[in-house]
Amino acid sequence: MERLADYIVYNLPFLQQIPRVIVDLIIMLFFATCMLLFWVALFAGITSWVERRVAGRIQSRIGPNRVGPQGFLQWIADGLKCFLKEDFVPAAADKKLFLLAPYIVFAGMFAVFVVVPFGDGLIISNLNIGIFYVLAISSLVVVGILMSGWSSNNKWSLLGGMRSAAQIVSYEIPVSLAILPVILLTGSLGMQDIIRAQGPYPWQWFAFHNPFTFIAFFIFFIGALAEGNRTPFDIPEAESELVAGYNTEYSGMRFVFFFFAEWANLYIIAALTVTLFLGGWNTPAHLYTNLFGLLHRSVDVAGTFVFILKSLFLVFVIIWIRWTLPRLRVDQMMDVCWKYFVPFSFANIVGTIIWMVLADAAPVLGYVRYILFVVGLMVPLAIAMKITRNFRLAKSEIHLNPFI
Amino acid sequence: MEAVAFYIIAAIAVFGALLMITRRNPLAGAFSLVVSLIALAGIYAMLRAELIFILQILVYAGAIMVLVIFTIMLLNLREEELEEPPAGKIKTLIILAAVAFGCYGIIKVLSGAPDEVPRVPENFGSVEKVGELMLTSYLYPFEIISVVLLVAIVGVVLLAKKVI
Repeated sequence: MERLADYIVYNLPFLQQIPRVIVDLIIMLFFATCMLLFWVALFAGITSWVERRVAGRIQSRIGPNRVGPQGFLQWIADGLKCFLKEDFVPAAADKKLFLLAPYIVFAGMFAVFVVVPFGDGLIISNLNIGIFYVLAISSLVVVGILMSGWSSNNKWSLLGGMRSAAQIVSYEIPVSLAILPVILLTGSLGMQDIIRAQGPYPWQWFAFHNPFTFIAFFIFFIGALAEGNRTPFDIPEAESELVAGYNTEYSGMRFVFFFFAEWANLYIIAALTVTLFLGGWNTPAHLYTNLFGLLHRSVDVAGTFVFILKSLFLVFVIIWIRWTLPRLRVDQMMDVCWKYFVPFSFANIVGTIIWMVLADAAPVLGYVRYILFVVGLMVPLAIAMKITRNFRLAKSEIHLNPFI
Repeated sequence: MEAVAFYIIAAIAVFGALLMITRRNPLAGAFSLVVSLIALAGIYAMLRAELIFILQILVYAGAIMVLVIFTIMLLNLREEELEEPPAGKIKTLIILAAVAFGCYGIIKVLSGAPDEVPRVPENFGSVEKVGELMLTSYLYPFEIISVVLLVAIVGVVLLAKKVI
């Protein structure tokens, strides 16, 4: 097991004088705080601004543009406002559970960051059960959501909580099954092993490895959106039916905690997709690390940069999907999960096993990944062509400049 | 130092279990059981049994408890339907627990057994070890369990849907 703590103690000899448990505890607390302050909080805040701006532009509005340049500081103003608000508990609520619920939801999401591989060596703990840990820890969120829905003593909250729990529990199955082909190909559950099994170039990524992983990639991504209660699967917080779902009764900082968890989850979906299917932190420079000599750490920095770039692009795609597609009905959503995703992901596993056996016998099959890469490239190209065509047709009414 | 961590986790597990049997509200009881189960997972993590740790969280705290909570919510018990807190029973339980602990202590002192913890075998509870055991020594029980589960699934579908 490689850990950041081991690495630090190894490089700073004076720490070896102090009992290891204390050093570990301090390092863990330090990284948890850093993660929370400089990554999760910052990311959640800035994403809230980006999301509202993108939504505004997609709907031909402007979006928040008052606080700071282009409204960039809006999230600080919002955070400050929520911080100063009254922490309200409804009279009929179950007080203890009501107060506890946001922390459980947040802790469940935040704990996933332990195994997010930001770079070669830049992972808090490279557990050898990596991806399985993510599935297990994020299933704790359901308990928190049910808790908040029930303890609010409000039928909208309860219905929202129930819907959310049913949705997360159902979509856990296709998501886990879609991960299995990747685990079969890697032969390990560790996040870094999965990334090392892929290469820097797109056709070496698991998404394009064979036709089955290609399908698994889409099942995983869509299933993860549903697990994170994102549109088009945001039925648990459908405004027209349920006010705001399980967080209806919350105010102030506790409300912000739910949204922290939601935006942290946004990043987790993107980071997991990048790790499992899109090559993680691999850059072409990683193939020639020994050429860089003393500068080999700069390769790691480049890898981290690539990882964050890829995942932020996926975050943008998720936001884009949210403001483009309408919401599904409950029965449609369950149909998608049980009638299509689950059977398809089972077929994927069997297919991947057969493919692995066949590829051993016939190395020609290795070239299929180039074809799949071209097919995969067609999708964004088709979207880009459609967008340019739409722009051409509606030239006079569209302002291309996103900063108004 | 490990002992301290163990006692803290064990105390949380016992505390959760106690809360579970003393709460009047079934949902509060269910949530306390979640606390107890997660603390138990912590003990597995201390044994470096990573797979068992994660299965404990995934299966018990994640899946089974969500089912339990769902069932309690669907029953929708009102305040007056709940039983009165069984004060007498709890007293009996506490006395029984004290007696059991006392007996354990007496046996421990009389037998003079060394206060030593058995060593955890190498690779205990890792993915490889559990997978290997499941497909060699425990192959038949494992297959029988999967058949039983399949029968249960088919049975549930039959019961839930009269006309198929």
